[in-house]
Amino acid sequence: MTAPLLEARHVTKVFGGGLFDRQRVVALEDFSLVLRDDPPAFTAVVGESGSGKTTLARLLLGVIGPTQGQVLYRGKDLRALSRAEWRTFRREVQAIFQDPYEVYNPFYKVDHVLETPIAKFGLARTRAEARALIEEALQAVGLRPEETLGRYPHQLSGGQRQRVMVARALLLKPRLIIADEPVSMVDASLRATILESLRALHQQYHIAFLYITHDLTTAYQVCQDIIVLYRGRVVEVGEVEPVVQTPEHPYTRLLIDSIPLPDPDRPWRAAGEPAPLARQADPLKGCRFADRCPFTHAPCLASPPPLYQTHPRRAVACYLYQQAPVLPPEQVGAVLANGPVAGPPPAAG
Amino acid sequence: MVVCLTTGPGGKTGSEDAVAVKSSGVTTEILRVENLRVYYHTEVGPVRAVEGVNFSLRAGERFGLVGESGSGKSTLGLALLRLIKPPGRIEGGAVHLDGEDLLRLPEEEMRQRRLAVIALVAQGAMNSLNPVLRVRDQIADALADHGVRLGRADFEARVRDLLTWVGLRPEVADRYPHELSGGMKQRVCIAIAISLRPRIIVADEPTSALDVVVQRQVMETLRRVQEDLGAAVLLIGHDMGLMAQFVERLGVMYAGGLVEVGPLRAVFREPLHPYTQLLIASLPTLEKKRVFRGIPGLPPSLLQRPSGCPFHPRCPFAMPRCREEEPALRPVQTGRWVACHLYDGEGA
Repeated sequence: MTAPLLEARHVTKVFGGGLFDRQRVVALEDFSLVLRDDPPAFTAVVGESGSGKTTLARLLLGVIGPTQGQVLYRGKDLRALSRAEWRTFRREVQAIFQDPYEVYNPFYKVDHVLETPIAKFGLARTRAEARALIEEALQAVGLRPEETLGRYPHQLSGGQRQRVMVARALLLKPRLIIADEPVSMVDASLRATILESLRALHQQYHIAFLYITHDLTTAYQVCQDIIVLYRGRVVEVGEVEPVVQTPEHPYTRLLIDSIPLPDPDRPWRAAGEPAPLARQADPLKGCRFADRCPFTHAPCLASPPPLYQTHPRRAVACYLYQQAPVLPPEQVGAVLANGPVAGPPPAAG
Repeated sequence: MVVCLTTGPGGKTGSEDAVAVKSSGVTTEILRVENLRVYYHTEVGPVRAVEGVNFSLRAGERFGLVGESGSGKSTLGLALLRLIKPPGRIEGGAVHLDGEDLLRLPEEEMRQRRLAVIALVAQGAMNSLNPVLRVRDQIADALADHGVRLGRADFEARVRDLLTWVGLRPEVADRYPHELSGGMKQRVCIAIAISLRPRIIVADEPTSALDVVVQRQVMETLRRVQEDLGAAVLLIGHDMGLMAQFVERLGVMYAGGLVEVGPLRAVFREPLHPYTQLLIASLPTLEKKRVFRGIPGLPPSLLQRPSGCPFHPRCPFAMPRCREEEPALRPVQTGRWVACHLYDGEGA
């Protein structure tokens, strides 16, 4: 079996924590994930602020290195890539971030962000060829080239700027796009259009996606698999429909109950007053949700729960499910649609 | 263009009828906005952020004002408190509260009305707390500004009551803003907003920077406080989900104007304006997966507002008339208002 496109193996990232530094923050702990491009995955990582989701994006992009564990690109540790391999990685794995405005230099026309990758990766030999590539990419994300090129960033709407970023990623014919909150700055009427264009790229160009978001509703709509993070740990992972329809982890339930659904006939259930925001004495020791969980009992405070595989396509990190078999983190792919168990993928380069 | 077509003559506006139709003596109108216009004067011309808005707020109700960025909703909220700063300017209209027009009050009298009668929980209010003052001193500042003089014991009791009211422990009074979480800071802002028991709370995206779990808690606090006070809340935002969960009546803004007003359930069940219809259809749900349908086209520039109905370039039902004549917000069913030529034959 070929190595997956991108894999995280027992990745832990700690910020701070020098010898005398008390502010040690474990942003992500013992995280494993397999992202395949054959067939391409569409996986969501959902979490609130402080869940470690952006740290995960940066680790997978090689922007920061893990404190422990490995990030593997086609089976090879990112830190061990040769110059040429790193270059291929930078082309095959693209990123889209939350605020597209910050990516642009306000003094350059938007053409600049599209021409740069072409020049850098030598994608075109002539100007005409470059122009054709740019026009094709813009059209693929539903933008009209004649209305987009030659303009300055401030002359485009937020939704247009974000779609130009998608087009830029597309120019490089990536195998995987890591999209970190791509639509959270965009208005509702345009959000749907951008998400639909991501889905179209997945289907037409067979690009794998890792969609990182706080918004469970959009994740539900576009993804096959979902990973729910809470304070740096996976709490629930599996096929998106059952996880959202019948959440098992108490945190996933709280998260889903808290979503303000655009339906007056499905009211919020009473949340009650917030739990006192007391910090656990040792947040590393037990379950990180124990201080807010209505089901906390002794084992939850003693050690963090492992992932229990409650269904063929779902695993939950909660002692409520301890009758189910334990799923070691490195085998988390087993419950994902494109995991190694889901069927050996055809050999591909 | 200097003369502006507005949604109705100043005197007899839609909102008055709305109250007459619905209230039947049970609810009383507390605030009435008439033909309000707010422009930002830029080098390239006036940006018409609020263009002839009419609506009214009833005592104790939760009214939502929903719109996308650039629809003028935040400007409208600030204008109600006369907090528009240059180059913005209130060009005309009236904001009636207690039989007086706020727009015509001397500035000092308006300052006294703020907080005491009409309070604002601004967008990102939690970042507007003074970082070098303890929570207690921020509350003290608000009270002192409005001439409230209290003895030490009375003041401490007042602070304790306010904090408990919004679900915070009294010890929070001793904390600095940076020691509090986002949700706690937002509760402090609500505590300050209700410190003089206002009758209207304008809440502009009060939870936009908070996680969903905390968002629900803060919104429930706001609702509880609002019900205790019997105050009306004007919730301004872009999140239709939040509106669906919080308000009783909804107004939909587009390009600086109100295009639809009605009871919450009616608007969600049977949206009248094509923009509202498309907006609701574009919302992702947790029901079955479907193809996303965005609204084609782009939001209009307020600098060059389209002629006629501002939604006509994106509207699937646009008629020749829509390009020329801006439809007025008018009643079409009991308690329901729409600004669209499709309903010209109807009336209530």
